[in-house]
Amino acid sequence: MLSRAADNLFWMARHIERAESTARLITMGQRMAVLPGSAHRDEWRSVLQVTGCANRVEGGGLTTEDDIVRILLLDPENPVSIHACLVQARANAKSVRTKLTQEMWEALNLSWRRLEGYPVEAARNELPALLDWVKSRAAIFRGAAETGMLRHAGFSFIRLGGGLERAQMTLRLLDVKYFVLLPETDVVGGGRDHYQWTSVLHALSGSRAYHHVYGAAYSPANIADFLMVNRMFPRSVAYCVDQMSAHLERLAQEHGQETRSRATARELAALLNQGRDGALFRGGLHEAVQACLALTNRLALEIAEAYHF
Amino acid sequence: MSFFEMHDPAGEVRSCYAEVQRWIHETGVEGLRHRLEEAETIFRRIGITFAVYGEGGDPERLIPFDLLPRVFSRQEWRVLDRGIRQRAQALNAFLHDVYHRGEIMRAGLIPEDLVYRNPAFRPEMLGFSPPGRVYSHIVGIDIVRTGPEAFQVLEDNCRTPSGVSYMLENREIMTRMFPGLFSQGRVRPVDNYPSQLLDSLKEVAPPACKGEPEVVLLTPGALNSAYYEHSFLADLMGIELVEPGDLMVDDGRVWMKTTAGLKAVDVIYRRIDDDFLDPLAFRPDSMLGIPGLFHAYRSGGVTLCSAPGAGIADDKAIYVYVPEMIRFYLGEEPVLANIPTWQCGTPDGLEYVLAHLGELVAKEVHGSGGYGMLIGPRASPEEIAAYAGRIRANPRGYIAQPTLALSTVPTLGPAGVVERHADFRPYCLVGKTMRLVPGGLTRVALSEGSLVVNSSQGGGVKDTWVMGD
Repeated sequence: MLSRAADNLFWMARHIERAESTARLITMGQRMAVLPGSAHRDEWRSVLQVTGCANRVEGGGLTTEDDIVRILLLDPENPVSIHACLVQARANAKSVRTKLTQEMWEALNLSWRRLEGYPVEAARNELPALLDWVKSRAAIFRGAAETGMLRHAGFSFIRLGGGLERAQMTLRLLDVKYFVLLPETDVVGGGRDHYQWTSVLHALSGSRAYHHVYGAAYSPANIADFLMVNRMFPRSVAYCVDQMSAHLERLAQEHGQETRSRATARELAALLNQGRDGALFRGGLHEAVQACLALTNRLALEIAEAYHF
Repeated sequence: MSFFEMHDPAGEVRSCYAEVQRWIHETGVEGLRHRLEEAETIFRRIGITFAVYGEGGDPERLIPFDLLPRVFSRQEWRVLDRGIRQRAQALNAFLHDVYHRGEIMRAGLIPEDLVYRNPAFRPEMLGFSPPGRVYSHIVGIDIVRTGPEAFQVLEDNCRTPSGVSYMLENREIMTRMFPGLFSQGRVRPVDNYPSQLLDSLKEVAPPACKGEPEVVLLTPGALNSAYYEHSFLADLMGIELVEPGDLMVDDGRVWMKTTAGLKAVDVIYRRIDDDFLDPLAFRPDSMLGIPGLFHAYRSGGVTLCSAPGAGIADDKAIYVYVPEMIRFYLGEEPVLANIPTWQCGTPDGLEYVLAHLGELVAKEVHGSGGYGMLIGPRASPEEIAAYAGRIRANPRGYIAQPTLALSTVPTLGPAGVVERHADFRPYCLVGKTMRLVPGGLTRVALSEGSLVVNSSQGGGVKDTWVMGD
């Protein structure tokens, strides 16, 4: 397939995944911002940090929900805003129209301009409904790909883009929130930390799944384990890496060539594997997350290089 | 008084429209309008849109679709089919002549100046014969009708005529929504157009091609107004849709960049203007295009469809001479007549046009899409005066034709069936053999009395039926 097509499929999936992840993050921010005492802790700032948008708020004041709606939902100029991601995903899709099924295209083409010129005030009032809408667009798109798309190389590039973006979102979330998962907070305990952990799980739609695996009690170690090394939870880093490895292997076979990206995926898997006996976190959660982030960044570059994007 | 195609002179419904009449009667106007909304929703959802240049609002507008089909009887199509093929053949013969011995100019039938000093003429093509001597592989001929027996050619499109996707989609949506209309099989199918197009393209594979030809469709990109059509056709033919950046030239051949490395390309159905094909050959200032493409073409490494320079045959100044071409190259009388045309570039023509501008339709020779034209009877004295000034400043740039009493076709209005002016564009395919699917694109002016059918000016489209027996 054309390299440009592969590139666009990869990025189309990343943009959709990013739009959905950002919607989940904003939902998490809303939960945390209504906690007692949150007014002077600037919970929204961490949401901006996860998305790399902290520098988009001027001045030293508290970040407000208005800021979030403006920057992360509506701003067409901010490349990581939900609006920009939806527009970008559709532009990617349009340039590879022939590689998509009718349903996949429709999922992106329907109401792609909905957020254009949306007033901040109105968006704030309808925020939960808008975020649900974003999540449902992403779900419909994925469903259409899952049930209708030929399993040719293009499907693998979509899965690689989606997997990479999802792994990175989980990692960035952990990176910003790692301090609440530090062992010390076990001692501090208390309602707020408990709420913070559950918020992180909620942001990744993992709170019920967590209980299925670890029982009723929250512990920082288990949460870190769940989000990083658990191989059943579809938003864990390890799960995403498993998926990407499978598609990289398939692409390598189809193209009859070994790639550096596969070695990097193996390295990442091995690193996460150490997490099973706690070795991953011995040097600190923050360091482990940073190491994984660096490897996923390298992986993205190597995929582009191997397939001539 | 315009000829209404649905009725015979006595005002009775013509037999080829009997099925349509029965359907309108059974469904009722309310029902039809309701189904029209459904059709528009489907078009919007699947993204059949048309980008309009230089206008505000929705950048991807929907072309209005009219539910009532336009019908040609078997006898009418027999005439059209013969006339269209004849014209496509003569135009290709003319192109070969222009780029070789120029016999028709030597014979004094077409002024040399008009050809060799025409901006659409490509001296780079002189002496080169493309595979099968085909220059224009898809000839779109715009035809209007002024009476029961009177079909006339409005203009020819020899470069990259667009709109065929609407022919296919209009039929598709009609079949999907009203399967009963087609169940008797009297309407001849058009859905084999993509496979016929692919066959035609494969037939002109270059000498360097060994084995099954690799055909691609070259688009300027997703921002082009016809991008939907490009992706639609590539999809139906099962070929790659490429942009200039996907191609490169090496060792006399064209290669596309794939995830598995470079892959040779044999035939390029290009939907890009000559100017932007190859900066080394045509426009050195262009950042677009594929450097070296033209050299690969001339040395037999790849085939370009249509050939660079094919536009000389559909130039509005050359149009006047197409009947002469048919007589000269084929030794036949034209089946389809031209519309009488005055060329402002000649002294007599200029004088006549300036004196009668209020009665004529004047056009820019190099314009398209209905832009830059004057419809005399509809224009104000100020507009006519201003247009006359433009003609005087550059007489060669303009032609004028009489205002025709174009035929009308049944169209769905808010309160019932109304009569609207229409034209017709069939797509004739030229490879080793000539192919013509029974049908084409009918464009219709949606406002009462309007003669402008261009989609960029508010025209709509409708399904076109050619009846079997």
